[in-house]
Amino acid sequence: MDIVIIGLLLGGTYALMAMGLQLQYGVARIMNLANGEILIAGAFSTFWFYSATKASPLLALFLVAPAAFVVNWAIYRVLIYPLVRRAKSQGKLEVDSILATFGISFIAVGILLAIFGGEYLDYSYLSQPIFIFGERYGLNRVVAFLASVVLCAGLYLWLHKTRAGLALRAVSVNPSASGLVAINVAQTSAFAFALGGAVTAVGGGLLSMFLTFDVSLGVVFTLKALVIVILGGVGDIRGTIIASFILGFAETAVATLIDPGLTLAAAYVLFMIVLLVRPEGLFGRRPA
Amino acid sequence: MSSLHLSPAEIRGLIISVLLFAAAAAVPLLADGYPLQIAISIVMYTALATSWLLFSGPTNYIALSTAAFFGIGMYMAAGGIDVVPYPLLIVAAGIAGAALAAVVGLATLRVSGVYFVIFSLGLAELVRQIMTWLQHVLGTMSGLYVTVDRSEPMYYWQLLLLTAVIFFVGWRIGRSRLGFALRINTARAKVVLFVISSMFASAAGALVAPRWGYVEPVVAFSPFLSFQVVIMALLGGTHRLWGPLLGVIPFVLVWELIAIYFPSQTTLLLGVCFLLIVYVIPNGLTGLIENVIGKRRKPITAATPAVPIVIDASDPAARPVVTAGNK
Repeated sequence: MDIVIIGLLLGGTYALMAMGLQLQYGVARIMNLANGEILIAGAFSTFWFYSATKASPLLALFLVAPAAFVVNWAIYRVLIYPLVRRAKSQGKLEVDSILATFGISFIAVGILLAIFGGEYLDYSYLSQPIFIFGERYGLNRVVAFLASVVLCAGLYLWLHKTRAGLALRAVSVNPSASGLVAINVAQTSAFAFALGGAVTAVGGGLLSMFLTFDVSLGVVFTLKALVIVILGGVGDIRGTIIASFILGFAETAVATLIDPGLTLAAAYVLFMIVLLVRPEGLFGRRPA
Repeated sequence: MSSLHLSPAEIRGLIISVLLFAAAAAVPLLADGYPLQIAISIVMYTALATSWLLFSGPTNYIALSTAAFFGIGMYMAAGGIDVVPYPLLIVAAGIAGAALAAVVGLATLRVSGVYFVIFSLGLAELVRQIMTWLQHVLGTMSGLYVTVDRSEPMYYWQLLLLTAVIFFVGWRIGRSRLGFALRINTARAKVVLFVISSMFASAAGALVAPRWGYVEPVVAFSPFLSFQVVIMALLGGTHRLWGPLLGVIPFVLVWELIAIYFPSQTTLLLGVCFLLIVYVIPNGLTGLIENVIGKRRKPITAATPAVPIVIDASDPAARPVVTAGNK
């Protein structure tokens, strides 16, 4: 029971960070390996805001989101878009963007190290227990979970009920055909990349309410988000949400039953299974 | 059966390679101390970057698993040093690396290249977690001592020999049916290449382990190594077997300076290196050199590059514009 609820709370918070990567990879078609560093930056900024003001970390998210949006938009415009234009094929773009986002992630780690140092950072906010079915859980986990659910639901509705959301989904399905129906693909991709970055950073802010962070963890979160996106199916938001819960459960089960040091192994086992059984993911479209 | 009919250009290439290796083998006779340490670094990274190229050059899949296999090699050496004779351990390390590479390759290389890259990105961390856990369960110490009596020149010659083997294998692959299979890009050819490439990385780990003396998970599986190897190979260029060598030498020298003068900015500068390579020299130094040569003697060279070793199969767009006769 313990595992189910902690897994549910963790998975719900993972969902938001994975949605960010989904927007960047599924819509803008950029495999952003600096995603985890954006998450860490969001977590650190939230930490910094909370230590400075003692106001609720949730308020920090209103600053983190627009800041991350602007930074990611600039990254796309300045660094990624020239690669998109130069690429002769999707394969070449993939190699280039992987290398470029590596570069960005290392630079981000370097900057974060210079600002925050290499120590573990955590803060205690709402650490009083809350009782669910007679068991104690950290209230901060529950609050982060609820905030994530609200944001995910909002994002889902926005994608499915508005014209802008429709444009994003159209680019995700077929960029060249979207261009034919008067969607500005370059602008939409830049927007999706920026929005994805903002969503990931907010996800980091929420995770920082109950997890301890240090700079080197970025890669691990990039991997988690990637496993979720691939497991759920690239371009499918429902899949991402369900896959987040699967990863949340798997990690919690491994951490409780075997060893907390093996959470990445849990993600890798899931990854292996998907690749062997259903490479397109739970809800993915088989490539034509 | 691939017949050994060597063209004059190939014979020339072979003679030059043998002479270069002989010259390289003489280095410990002339240098010791700090210069020899640098030379050992250069040879080690040449071995790693060239073995990286064996797989990533033809397939265009950026493998980030060097650290994982290197670490496995170190651990094989450290774990068996009291039980098995050291030369056998190097072979065993190669086999262990090959086995893991086969599993990873069979699972990931049938699908998309991106998934392989992602998988390889976390492989070192995964093996590190499992190693740490195993040592915890078995109740051994987190680190292991490796003591083999070897002098510095010995390490150098061992690594140089490994490098020579890697070059020879790479050259043979280019001439063989495997190299041909890569042109059609079959999954099996990719798996075989990944296994070969990883085997060499593990063997290098086993060769270097005693020099470090003490092996522990955090050091042995440091992901930094994977990225450095990729950068060096890309800097040199991935279209020629000797490309990584051209990248390794300047990178090791510059990195020594960076480690001395900017020890806390290494990560940041590594990132800058990545961006520079992607935006400024996407075809590496060999690409630059061949561009210059290709332009100068445009009418003469028609085809057959001097050392046709690594055939770039999956993506024709990524081939260098050296065959100037085309236009």
